[in-house]
Amino acid sequence: MPEAAAIALPPIEETTLPDRGKVGLLCLILTEVALFSIFVVAYIFYIGKSLNGPYPKDVLTLPIFATICLLSSSATVEMAIRSLRKHQAGAFKLWLGLTILLGAVFLQQTASEWHKLITQDHLTIATNLFGTTYYALVGLHASHVVIGLTLLTLVFLIALRGFNLAGPQERRVELLSWYWHFVDIVWVVVFTVVYVVGR
Amino acid sequence: MASVAYPVDERSVKALGLPSALHEWVITVDHKRLGIMYMIMTLVFFMIAGSLAVAMRAQLSIPNNTLIPPEVFNRLFTVHGTTMVFFVGMPFFAALANYLVPLMIGARDMAFPRLNAFGFWITLFGAILLYSSYIAGEGLAGHGTAPDVGWFAYAPLTERAFSRGTSTDYWILAIVLSGIGSTITAINVFATAICLRTKGMTLAKMPLFVWMMCVVSFQILVALPALTAGQVMLLMDRYLGAHFFDTQAGGDAVLWQHFFWFFGHPEVYILIIPGFACISEIVPVFSRKPMFGRIAMIGATVAIGFISLSVWAHHMFAVGMSSQANTFFAASTMLIGVPTGIKIFNWLGTMWGGHIRFDTPMLFCIGFLFQFLIAGLTGIMLGVAPLDWQLTDSYFVVAHFHYTLMGGTLFALFGGVYYWFPKATGRMLSETLGKWHFWLLVLGFHLTFDPQHFAGMLGMPRRIYTYAAGRGWEGYNLVSSVGAATQGIAILIFAINVILSLRRGRVAGNDPWDAWSLEWATTSPPAEYNFETLPEVRSTRPLWDLKHPEDPDWKFE
Repeated sequence: MPEAAAIALPPIEETTLPDRGKVGLLCLILTEVALFSIFVVAYIFYIGKSLNGPYPKDVLTLPIFATICLLSSSATVEMAIRSLRKHQAGAFKLWLGLTILLGAVFLQQTASEWHKLITQDHLTIATNLFGTTYYALVGLHASHVVIGLTLLTLVFLIALRGFNLAGPQERRVELLSWYWHFVDIVWVVVFTVVYVVGR
Repeated sequence: MASVAYPVDERSVKALGLPSALHEWVITVDHKRLGIMYMIMTLVFFMIAGSLAVAMRAQLSIPNNTLIPPEVFNRLFTVHGTTMVFFVGMPFFAALANYLVPLMIGARDMAFPRLNAFGFWITLFGAILLYSSYIAGEGLAGHGTAPDVGWFAYAPLTERAFSRGTSTDYWILAIVLSGIGSTITAINVFATAICLRTKGMTLAKMPLFVWMMCVVSFQILVALPALTAGQVMLLMDRYLGAHFFDTQAGGDAVLWQHFFWFFGHPEVYILIIPGFACISEIVPVFSRKPMFGRIAMIGATVAIGFISLSVWAHHMFAVGMSSQANTFFAASTMLIGVPTGIKIFNWLGTMWGGHIRFDTPMLFCIGFLFQFLIAGLTGIMLGVAPLDWQLTDSYFVVAHFHYTLMGGTLFALFGGVYYWFPKATGRMLSETLGKWHFWLLVLGFHLTFDPQHFAGMLGMPRRIYTYAAGRGWEGYNLVSSVGAATQGIAILIFAINVILSLRRGRVAGNDPWDAWSLEWATTSPPAEYNFETLPEVRSTRPLWDLKHPEDPDWKFE
């Protein structure tokens, strides 16, 4: 190998690489968006095609209170992250607890809505196409709320045991908050499709 | 650069016997071991599903044959298709991506190693679940009924009213599990390529192979949920009394087809682009030239990634869509031929004027180029809606997609296996047996699938278990069956080659092909930590720069 002929090497190009957790979570959100899209398409496709009642306009009411709860939980989880960054452990626990509470209230609201639909309006998943698509789409979203709440509660319990989540662990809590924001944004779509367009 | 002989992995010699060795493989999170396990899974299920195909060809070799009863034949083509797509094609992508992406970008492991291991085991569990239906599934024919609804399982025919028992549920759940595994791999590959590149490797210098794996990952993330959603809806229909595909309650009979093919057509590219990735690594090395039109290649791959999301309904020309829809999907199908054509020309441009070495990996690549070109041409024929009305669900379609998946993906797979086997095991595969394997496979492949084009044009429908004499199909079918047997022999030679070469193959050294990408800069097989020292990356061919400091690539890039 003619070493003498070697040419002075240019400097290596600097690359800044993003955090793998963030990229991984964004990929997960992308694939979840695709999943929800299919259920939303099915819902829109079957609007007005039920052969028998009850129909959406007869039984659905706008879930304003539940929506306010869920959307404000996005703000509270953001506040929790900010206090974590400032190493305010007490405020972090407070905001996180409030987020969990708001999420739980949302689930309770969904549960009582389903209870009313099933017992009073006799709408089940097997009643008609509206029931089929409604329970599938709202249920898919609710199951995501359950997953998010479980993880948030886990973090809350870890924080309650006095474990310091600031510093290197902060990133993971932040990723969880991204997931929670995603669940909230999906609700805006579900709300629009099911309670505004579909009614 | 003389390659240094390197001893075969000593851990296997020192192991405390079979149980502890097995234990090590079961608990591993190492991307190389997971890649090898994915590859073993690919090859084992390829042989299983291949024998199902040979059984079908045996039944079809002569008219009015009674070797295999019709209900068994339905299970054969269903399990054959499902296995080949979900438990051969998808693990093939996962095997290559797992083993090679970290090595090519100079990383220690994948971005999420434990998730990676979970992905492998759940995919394997899905495959086992599918086959356990042969024992535990229930259908119209009683116990031990495997799924018999075809690999795309059109609803409403898969509804409870028409598919009694549990065999269809085995199909649904096996594929949902495989989907979870594929999604995990896609997330992992994407995050690895974006976040773990070594110093100096900008996206512009990233190997084409890694680029293509990223595009595949994107397609999996966007398209696969359509299938998963469809499966969940079908399960709700079957077990909760929902009506997604229930026409009696106002449900739509075509909706499933849209969901399935929205996944199904990108899936075709998910299966072939890993093949493109192998070709794009092998062709330059064996032509002794850098890749021709590298940037155009990246652009074409990304274009395929997006356009493939808008062509799905060309599988449905015959179901009675509006003529606007037919026109749109015919046009988008023509459009996707453009980036695919760019790729073919780029590979040819790479070979043009090169000092081509006809080693076995390169032979498989050349076979790929011919066969994939023909597959693309018949694809364009089928993309013309009026012609598709004539040819739909005929053996012409069977011949077309076997040309893409077998003549394309499988040939690229074997090219890749012959190329990277030395890296993964430290030993070369035998060239003599490799050439026997290649030529017999080419012969068998063309004997099998060329006549099917003609049988299809003469009106032979797919999925029939037998046919009457005197329709002019006998000769084509007989030749086709002889070809299937020839392919079987070729695959056996390959299996023998692998077993013999693992024991007695020539020791490969670090860089047996005098190649240029980073995986050849480490030992064969690589140590658990992959690289002791990493070459600096200043161009798309870092090892070329290292071997030729007087004429480095970075001066010209």
